[in-house]
Amino acid sequence: MIHKLLIDSVSRVFPAVRGGVPVQAVEPTTLGVAQNDFITILGPSGCGKSTLLRIVAGLDRPSGGRVLLDGREVRGPGADRGMVFQSYTLFPWLTVSQNVAYGLRERGVPEGRRREIVAAYLERVGLRDFANHFPKQLSGGMQQRTAIARALANDPQILLLDEPFGALDNQTRALMQELLLGIWERERKTVLFVTHDIEEAIFMASRVVVMSARPGRIKADLPVDLPHPRHYTMKTSPDFVALKARLTEEIRAEAMKVAQAH
Amino acid sequence: MPRPLEPVSQGTRLLLGTAFFVLFVAAWAWATFGGYVSRTFLADPLTMLQDGWVLLTRFEFHIDIAVTVWRVVGGFVLAALLAVPLGIVMGAYKSVEAFVEPFVSFARYLPASAFVPLLILWAGIGETQKLLVIFIGSFFQLVLMIAVAVGQTRRDLVEAAYTLGASDMSVVRRVLVPANAPEIAEILRLVLGWAWTYVIVAEFIGSSSGIGHMIIESQALLATGQIIFGIIVIGLIGLISDFAFKALNRTLFPWRLA
Repeated sequence: MIHKLLIDSVSRVFPAVRGGVPVQAVEPTTLGVAQNDFITILGPSGCGKSTLLRIVAGLDRPSGGRVLLDGREVRGPGADRGMVFQSYTLFPWLTVSQNVAYGLRERGVPEGRRREIVAAYLERVGLRDFANHFPKQLSGGMQQRTAIARALANDPQILLLDEPFGALDNQTRALMQELLLGIWERERKTVLFVTHDIEEAIFMASRVVVMSARPGRIKADLPVDLPHPRHYTMKTSPDFVALKARLTEEIRAEAMKVAQAH
Repeated sequence: MPRPLEPVSQGTRLLLGTAFFVLFVAAWAWATFGGYVSRTFLADPLTMLQDGWVLLTRFEFHIDIAVTVWRVVGGFVLAALLAVPLGIVMGAYKSVEAFVEPFVSFARYLPASAFVPLLILWAGIGETQKLLVIFIGSFFQLVLMIAVAVGQTRRDLVEAAYTLGASDMSVVRRVLVPANAPEIAEILRLVLGWAWTYVIVAEFIGSSSGIGHMIIESQALLATGQIIFGIIVIGLIGLISDFAFKALNRTLFPWRLA
């Protein structure tokens, strides 16, 4: 099988701080991602799932192993891997449409074409009327929608999301999940999505990868065969509930380990 | 009783702010008109105003004011033109910071006024010397404060720019600079205030014009009214430039207030 993205025995050790011992954040981990896969990485906090994602993004370097995108080794951050962060990372001095146009401008896309693309993506995330607002004037959910539009407008090979809805309230989060899933169903991007929310992990994914508590490693890798398009009512269907029960057990065991370690 | 951090209305703020000035002048008038302080050492408010009027109408004090303003602005603009780029580069590139920072930290504590005698030897008593005093007084402060501000840029914004395909140069130009522009403007406003203290000291020695020169001449004549008038003029100019800077920042950086 040809992988779109291959995480090849990637490990990460954080060096010792002030007389402490080095911390093994991620054990050698291998994960293949197929084209158009929507993979959620599920794990308790501090399990190294964000570290793994940052290594894929090129924002952090692996201590061992390598990451291959379309067979080429990742050596640093680049426009081929779009990223949405948990913290609000819109550029506060740029308007919503200037934020979405940021990557296009970096790549030297001519202004007319740039405007078309920005308008299309703002339409898709429902922010057409807020094109000239500054990030400060938007709610958290709107800021993350802009961040998703900003990443997608760059047309990346793979979209990386690091708990993008973690700071949002439950209702907004559910709407954002549907919005992102709708975009994926239409555009079939390859997506790697990190979360600690079990329901979110199942609802979004075509595959859920469960990570163990520190040191992080892959504990389970489950396909999610629920049909598309998915609707929020699916969250109460028997198949969904069964999967949720199973993942709850997996995660609980890991969370217990963390709790006992402290 | 007001609660901690409880905001006050715009009107109350203005009223309270003005009240302090009124109280201050009242206390001054009470001490001088009441005869509690000798006239030789402290002129009363009315004498001060009269002296000021005489200075302006008969001794062309407005030219002294203009000269002093020009010296401050000239020396400060010169310092800013060099300090802003250097501060940004220092904040952005840690190797440059490691190279320059220790020396700048040291130079920052060299009192600009102590350079006056040395600068007179080097540059004479002309305008160059005055500008250099201001330059030395503000340049090192500016460099260091701007470098610190740029160095504290939110890392996640920088990372976001990289994942959008930004190059290193572009991160400096399109993230570090705009992210810190309001901070840099604020630093310029602050240091400009300090520059005013240096110019007066520079004018005390070897000068034939400027507010500082008038003040030191008045001392010999025991004209405390003139001295106080000079000091108040400096305070007013400071206040005006402060307001202007703040208004400019508001129009330049609307995203901060949005």
